[in-house]
Amino acid sequence: MKTAEEIFNQLKEKFGNAIIELKTDKPVEPFIIVNPLEVDKICLFLRNDKDLQFDSLMNLSGVDDANGEKVKSSEGEEKGLETIKGGTLSVYYHLDSTKLKHKLTLKASTNREKPEVVTVTEAWKGADWHEREAYDMYGIIFLNHPDLRRILMPYDWEFGYPLRKDYKNPEFYQGMKVPY
Amino acid sequence: MALKTEEMVLNMGPQHPSTHGVLRLELQLDGEIIKNVVPHIGYLHRCFEKHAEAMTYPQVIPYTDRMDYLASMYNEFGYALAMERLMKIEVPERVEYIRVIMGELQRIASHLVALGTYGADIGAFTPFLFCFRDRERILHLFEITCGARLLYNYIWIGGLSHDLHPDFIRLTKEFIKDFRPNVKELNDLLSYNRIFIERTANVGVLPIETAINYGVSGPNIRASGMKWDLRKDDPYSVYHKFDYEIPIGTGEKGKTGDCWDRYFVRVKEMEESLKIIEQAIEQIPEGDVTSAIPKRVKPPEGQIYTRVENPRGELGYFIISDGSLNPARVKVRAPSFVTMQVFPELCKGFMVADVVAILGSVDIVLGEIDR
Repeated sequence: MKTAEEIFNQLKEKFGNAIIELKTDKPVEPFIIVNPLEVDKICLFLRNDKDLQFDSLMNLSGVDDANGEKVKSSEGEEKGLETIKGGTLSVYYHLDSTKLKHKLTLKASTNREKPEVVTVTEAWKGADWHEREAYDMYGIIFLNHPDLRRILMPYDWEFGYPLRKDYKNPEFYQGMKVPY
Repeated sequence: MALKTEEMVLNMGPQHPSTHGVLRLELQLDGEIIKNVVPHIGYLHRCFEKHAEAMTYPQVIPYTDRMDYLASMYNEFGYALAMERLMKIEVPERVEYIRVIMGELQRIASHLVALGTYGADIGAFTPFLFCFRDRERILHLFEITCGARLLYNYIWIGGLSHDLHPDFIRLTKEFIKDFRPNVKELNDLLSYNRIFIERTANVGVLPIETAINYGVSGPNIRASGMKWDLRKDDPYSVYHKFDYEIPIGTGEKGKTGDCWDRYFVRVKEMEESLKIIEQAIEQIPEGDVTSAIPKRVKPPEGQIYTRVENPRGELGYFIISDGSLNPARVKVRAPSFVTMQVFPELCKGFMVADVVAILGSVDIVLGEIDR
């Protein structure tokens, strides 16, 4: 069993600048911020290392940090609708070791205009649908993902990504009026 | 002369009695043998996570009921537990005991649906009626407690909406007494039925390494022979005070991790749940169940991931709070959603009729997959 701090030091030694920071201040549980373009290598190491053995991915979730600049959109001005410019979208990874009984949280932040994160399906096959869901809901592109399609929304949904904070409901979908 | 063959694509669902909801399976067939299965989900998508962001924290609870609608009590339990850990609320002991009793009753009710409908899928209709007869008594217990049969809004952040009904303990004891022989009856009728074993043993074998890599949890991974139960491995509430076993699949009728094992683990789990309920109603302390409910739920800035052992596996809530009255993000790690990914692996090489047997044995709820 290892604490987040020990794992952080071990990762820092191995990967250097790809491991950005260990956050322990505000949140209830500590997490490690990592580089979104190297997260696949880090995860493979976390899974394969003898002292770590993170063999199970508990959860993977996309998050809209909503830390960009809020801009009043031109078309929806009378309704007070806003779009967000800049800032980040993040992916949280909750890892678990069924053998050594320790847990770890990773966070990879990517920019909102071109959100790209490397897939971790190579390490855990269970990440597949979680990543598809994050793509579906936030538009985060998972590089090297075997089958990146929408999963919960219709395949022909062209009105953006519903869980982004500045998402607007379309008025019509395939000729049908969307309620409210 | 060689016969010309061609692969065929067959759509099973979205409206199909054996898909347990609106699920479409795209079967790629070579004759009657499954080459690949592509599940298409999302027909029941209600965007729970978007709704949750517009609600205050206590208002999210009725929405969690509607995810896994066969185990609503446990969904509330998990959410309340996550919020209590985020806000560092101490819950009275009586509340914890009642939650455990409700959770285990819910587990039995949920497994009864799984087992009953599984029998119906395979072609045995009588066990279905027997299971629903017993489930009805559990639903009655829930009804006298909180007035609802399926969607309860009973477990609140920091407490419960009502205390137990005066008749609850007596009726639960009567139920346990009557239910034990019924489990044996179910075994005689279905579990050791030769036709049933022929249909389910050695079908859809899930090896343990595959299961871990895919994140499969709950009865499905236990059937593959892994002793993994969050009630023991990541303890929460008052589960450590009770004495119970964790049943695992042994490959009694075929290979370890086949459909029959997944079925039978659930039967044995119901008996273990009865043991927990019996001990809990003996030890339950007196107290006020509403005393710790906060007047205004305003957690500090931060984030938490909490998981509980739902009847279908590991149910996780990932909640991010920005210090306001509404959650900034609620992500649900639904056990059926994760289990569904391994489904194509289980089906490859089996017959079309086995798809029904395998799908029934992994016990999915579409309300939870699509949220």
